Amino acid sequence: MVIKQGGQLGDGDVTDQSVYLNRRKFMRAGVLAASVLATGWVYRRLNAPPMVKSADRPLAKVVAATEPEAEPMLGPNDLKTSFDDITHYNNFYEFSTDKESVAAAAAGFVTRPWQVEVGGLVSKPRVFDLDDLLKISPPEERVYRMRCVEGWSMVIPWDGFSLSKLLDRVQPLSSAKYVAFQTLMDPNRMPNESSDLLSWPYVEGLRMDEALHPLTILASGLYGQQMPPQDGAPVRLVVPWKYGFKGIKSIVRIDLRADEPPTTWSAYAPNEYGFYANVNPEVDHPRWSQATEQRIGDFERRPTLMFNGYADQVAALYAGMDLRANF
Amino acid sequence: MKDAAFAKFVVLVNGLVPLALLCWDAWNHQLGTNPQEFAIRTTGMTALVFLMLTLAVTPVRKITGWNFLSNFRRLLGLFAFFYGCVHLFIYFGLYQSFSIGAVAADSLKRPFIFFGMTALLVMLPLAATSTNGIIKKMGAKRWKQLHKLVYVAGIAGVLHYFYLVKADERKPLAFAAVLAVLLGYRIAKGLSPAARPVAPARA
Repeated sequence: MVIKQGGQLGDGDVTDQSVYLNRRKFMRAGVLAASVLATGWVYRRLNAPPMVKSADRPLAKVVAATEPEAEPMLGPNDLKTSFDDITHYNNFYEFSTDKESVAAAAAGFVTRPWQVEVGGLVSKPRVFDLDDLLKISPPEERVYRMRCVEGWSMVIPWDGFSLSKLLDRVQPLSSAKYVAFQTLMDPNRMPNESSDLLSWPYVEGLRMDEALHPLTILASGLYGQQMPPQDGAPVRLVVPWKYGFKGIKSIVRIDLRADEPPTTWSAYAPNEYGFYANVNPEVDHPRWSQATEQRIGDFERRPTLMFNGYADQVAALYAGMDLRANF
Repeated sequence: MKDAAFAKFVVLVNGLVPLALLCWDAWNHQLGTNPQEFAIRTTGMTALVFLMLTLAVTPVRKITGWNFLSNFRRLLGLFAFFYGCVHLFIYFGLYQSFSIGAVAADSLKRPFIFFGMTALLVMLPLAATSTNGIIKKMGAKRWKQLHKLVYVAGIAGVLHYFYLVKADERKPLAFAAVLAVLLGYRIAKGLSPAARPVAPARA
């Protein structure tokens, strides 16, 4: 039997220097590429990539609002914000604290059946099924500016009706001075409600005259579509001269009462968020200025207007009040 | 290229990745609904990450014995400064319309701006004294002393982030935890008997 000699290497077996160097180059390229991918991944993780392309936003022309009282209130620079932006940039902490993640987190939110209980100091307390609630009045388009306390703003074509129409149905007693609102409490459907980020359920409130003001609406849709979950489905409050957080979403309970109701953000940080929360460029948030705002879609910031530009309609409500003390 | 030079090159390229992605996203209009806010947030976040990486070099080197890591410290620190500057520039231009007076007023009035400014101002002399020539000129001892300011930058940077958020403090707290570990390691080492110079025995 012939045993082939193995194990001994001849000259021909030595890796050519150029091959060796190429392999080295190849490995280095691999290391570089892998590290770049890893860094890119970390960057994307830390800075959740936004989901909407801002370039694709068709900027709609200002469309005359159907409601006479809303008509004169849009300026020439108030272009409607796109549906995409309105529905992918939301503060709705029940679902996510990341504004661009709320849409995905709220996607399967079930809003039927849905009931809204209206009670407290009223002569006709009632639990409304959603359909009955929405039948109180046909939805009107109300194109309002929306100014977030964080310093950004949009122009949103809401569909809804004045809250006063609902309040008429339940006949408030003369002792009712405030209206309290409450969001759904259901950690199975609103995942962050099982966290202690804020105290849940989210609650808000208005003074009676604010609640009865014709600009204050219960909105059930936007851009002619049913309210998307991330924007507060099925029904939410819109108070255009106040910071956005006053516009409580996914309402299940409305209570009329004699005393000022607690509100979520002012309970969380009383020195930063007041009960009134009227948009006011002269009263800063303790940590940031409220003098300017980033209108979504604009490049530069713009000055914030007193009462968000609704001073003519609402300033009288606060005549004689110190707006610095009652922020 | 030697291995050490190649390793530095890898760090350099990786340090530019966030900038490249930010520019790419801007070019493709992928900065989301509020591009200004996205850009200022990501650059701030990136600066903070590089600051933590810079502070991590020494503890990791000592624990693992990988002395080559110290080659990267300067580059990582310079990236922290660089992204901090881009962050500041966006704030300066888009939020304050290039008004130095407004920035000064804002810095004194608002804790989060104050801490952010502090972090960057403190990093300025560190970046300026980062060349070999200057290190030689200053002398290692003085240079080292000056560069202890990076701890101030780290603390101010994390406070800046913490004072900014509305309610969800998880991310700033995560940075605070990392910083606590990195600074805690140094304190523990500094205070441990082994690190103290042995006192001469009294006769």
